[in-house]
Amino acid sequence: MPNITYIEHDGTAHTIEAEEGLSVMEGAVNNGVPGIDADCGGACACATCHVYVDPAWEALTGEKNESEAAMISFANGVEPNSRLSCQIKVTAELDGLVVRMPAGQH
Amino acid sequence: MSDDPIVIAGAGHAGAAAAAALRQFGWKGPITLIGDEPILPYHRPPLSKAWLKGEATAESLALRPARFYTQQTIETRLSTTIAAIDRATHQVRLSDGTAIRYHKLILALGARPRRLPLPGFDLQGVLELRTAADADRLKSTIAPGRRIAIIGGGYIGLEAAASARVLGAEVFVLEREPRLLARVASPPLSEFFHAAHTAHGVQIHLGAQVTGLAGEGRVQVVQLADGTKLPCDAALVGVGAIPNEEIAAAAGLECSHGVVVDEHARTTDPDIFAIGDITNRPLPLYNRRMRLESVPNALEQARQAAASITGRPAPAAEIPWFWSDQYDIKLQIAGLPFDVTRLVIRGTPASRTFAVFHLDAAACVQCVESVNTPAEFMAGRQLIQKRKPVDATALADLNTNLKDLAA
Repeated sequence: MPNITYIEHDGTAHTIEAEEGLSVMEGAVNNGVPGIDADCGGACACATCHVYVDPAWEALTGEKNESEAAMISFANGVEPNSRLSCQIKVTAELDGLVVRMPAGQH
Repeated sequence: MSDDPIVIAGAGHAGAAAAAALRQFGWKGPITLIGDEPILPYHRPPLSKAWLKGEATAESLALRPARFYTQQTIETRLSTTIAAIDRATHQVRLSDGTAIRYHKLILALGARPRRLPLPGFDLQGVLELRTAADADRLKSTIAPGRRIAIIGGGYIGLEAAASARVLGAEVFVLEREPRLLARVASPPLSEFFHAAHTAHGVQIHLGAQVTGLAGEGRVQVVQLADGTKLPCDAALVGVGAIPNEEIAAAAGLECSHGVVVDEHARTTDPDIFAIGDITNRPLPLYNRRMRLESVPNALEQARQAAASITGRPAPAAEIPWFWSDQYDIKLQIAGLPFDVTRLVIRGTPASRTFAVFHLDAAACVQCVESVNTPAEFMAGRQLIQKRKPVDATALADLNTNLKDLAA
């Protein structure tokens, strides 16, 4: 199972084993990692699963679709490496992925 | 932080979120999450969508895996019904006769589907949709060629209709009002969904008064006031929900179309909170109070209660919002249509990409309904939050940059 490290805004890091095929968001929610709210449960409807993908990993997380791009452009503190973590599927290639969470999702 | 026990009555979206938030905010004492269903808390929205279409598993439906509750030391008591709240002794009494003491109690008992006092309502095959068990019963009736009567043209009915239609069932929707989604959506949105469902082969009957259901043991026909008899193999009744406020009222908590709470989710008892579908809550942005039936509301109130209990500052008030997925249509709604004096449509319904902005007399956006346009939903939400008057012409003009408009 690929390891993903989620770094909270205050620097606290959580490394968990994520299930392949689930999303990066689900990796956080299923393992009690704080900082990702995921209010809509992965329906790409709320933008509360916002993460910053470490630049070294951006290319491997794939491209945003139109819906995600529209939602994320309005998220708080959006940066070029912002993604909605419910739209990033966990694959073996993402073993070692690092994402950072914003100060708040609301 | 206190070591005292928190009891959460109700293990739906609100209850589960409250338990998780309490731990996240540092509560160290025992947390007991009590639910009357036999399974761990799960996502309800997929019940009318992915679950019916066979695209979800029990695992994917769960809000959190079982190990989450173990790791967070949250005790879960499933298949357990609350019989009464004993405020004097700070206990909840369960239907098995035992009692659990609480330091603080969170009521998250939700709502139940409204029943129709009609002949034949209790026939086999007359179904409702609230729980996973309900969804399984409904799912077993849906197959190519089976005729499904959907009584009630609200979100439950329309989402189920879309799923059933995609699975090849014959579907007809019976709506009492002159338009679909009459209680909850603008006329242009009702019209859009009417056209969309019709295009997918759903038969829609507006102004339809159901007077009864008939059949031999199993429902076979839906009867309307005008004499029409519609044969069917199953009927889904989705005509609203009633808050499960009875034990709160019996315990003397103030109730009025839901358990009355303040902006911290506190009831009239300082040691009892109420969250989610069961509550009548203040809407600070609209200067009103009402019962909001949505997942985002459940989650917001769960965070309010957890913040209050753990001594954290109250979370910032959120704009009420809601989403619905039907066929390939993504509907997102932000705000509530109070004090609306005009509608501004951006985009065209025919293009299946449009938004309806609801403006008040000061030209501030009160509500936005967006179809397949997340940008309009997000921008609308910002405009609602900012109480910023907009130029209606600019808003309707697709050349106007929404980020600039909402800035």
